[in-house]
Parts: sequence; structure tokens; C-alpha cells
Amino acid sequence: MKALFMMGCPELPVQTAAALYIANKLNKEGFEVTSAGNKAAISLLLNSDPERHYIKKVMDLDRCIGALAEKTIDFDLCFVFIHSDSGISYLATIKSISKAKTIAVIFGKEIESLIEASGDSIIIAAKAVHNPTPLRAQIDGVKSWAALRK
Amino acid sequence: MNYEILLPNSSFKECAGYIKKNFKEIYYVPAGYKIFDNYLIGVPPIPIAVDNEDIIMPYVKPCHGCFVLRIPGKEEIEVLRREKL
Repeated sequence: MKALFMMGCPELPVQTAAALYIANKLNKEGFEVTSAGNKAAISLLLNSDPERHYIKKVMDLDRCIGALAEKTIDFDLCFVFIHSDSGISYLATIKSISKAKTIAVIFGKEIESLIEASGDSIIIAAKAVHNPTPLRAQIDGVKSWAALRK
Repeated sequence: MNYEILLPNSSFKECAGYIKKNFKEIYYVPAGYKIFDNYLIGVPPIPIAVDNEDIIMPYVKPCHGCFVLRIPGKEEIEVLRREKL
């Protein structure tokens, strides 16, 4: 089982915390997790997990999109971290170029329009900027990630 | 790459609307379409316009939103016209 994290700008602190938290859960279920992001997003992940307990594989965001579009890689689950319109564009792109079941992890101050724009993806959403607890509660509501595969 | 920003820091929807409103020769491509060695990000179908010898296209940057760019692209125009997307 393979899972992908698609991470954009790490402007909001909860993104890194949520990614590490979900990665831990996925690792325990036996998923091979790849984290794709821009330089800042990946750097935050790796600096938060220096011994790589949670983050096993990382990839540049653009390279990952290219490989998905060229069909050289694919995943069972894709978690797209969304706090702005750009995240919605990445989600729509993943839905077009990947067979993965998409999970929209939505956070920030204004999340309603982002939830609405996420279509038929599984939605994990909470108003959260600095405090990851509301988002963690939503993540904990999923008892098995493996069961979500298409 | 030599480019001009026609519309900065907007939503993807605004950028797509700008292209459709301001240009006549428009092609619709899927997300992940490869152009200028770049895979397009956005909500499909993604509008790309041709204006003289330039490509007009939306470009999403994770930290800065979506931009509409004008980029000289004779070869890309030929491909778009040939594929008639």
C-alpha cells in the first residue's frame, strides 16, 4: 500500500504537525508514505523528524506531478494539504492524473469554501492555524486508512 | 524563461476566466498537460490561449496563488493547433 502527501506552502504551522501525525498512523498500518512538497515544506518535515521515524521518502513537488502525469508512479491514497486556492488546484490535478483515492486535509481560518471546492474527495477539515488539536480530532475519526482505498 | 505576468496572485478560477474573456483562440487541456517542460496545475479543463506568437496560460505557485502568463512559444502553438484540444 502506497500513500502520497502533496504539500504546498507551509505558511500555516499545523501543516507539518498534521503530516507527521498522519504519517505515523499510515506507517503503523503498513503504508509506504512518500511526502512531496516544495523545499520549505519538505525541510520543515525533515527538521521535525531528524531520525526519519515518520518521514521515510521525500520528493520534490514538481517532479512528483511530472512522474504522476507520465504514469511512472502512482499511489493508493493521496493526501492533499489545503489552506488556499492553490491547494484546490493541486487536488484537482491529482484527481486527473492519479488513480489514488484523494483525501483533502483542509485547515486555516476560512475553510468553508475550500471544503465546498473539494468535490468528492474524502475531507478531513478543521479551523486550525497554530493549534493542531482540532485537525487531529478529525484525523482520529478515521479508524482505518487502508479501508479507504478504492 | 521569458514571460510577462498578465494577472498576478489570483485564484485559478479568476485566471481561467481572464483567459476566456480576453482571448479568442483558446484550447482546453487536461491537468498535468506538459507545456514548456512544465506540467500544468489546475482545475480541468484548463484554458490556454494563443495570441500571435505567444501562449497565454495559467500558472499555479503553491505559495503565491495563480498567475496568467504570456510566454513566446512558436513550437508549443504548433502542438496545440495540431492536437486541436
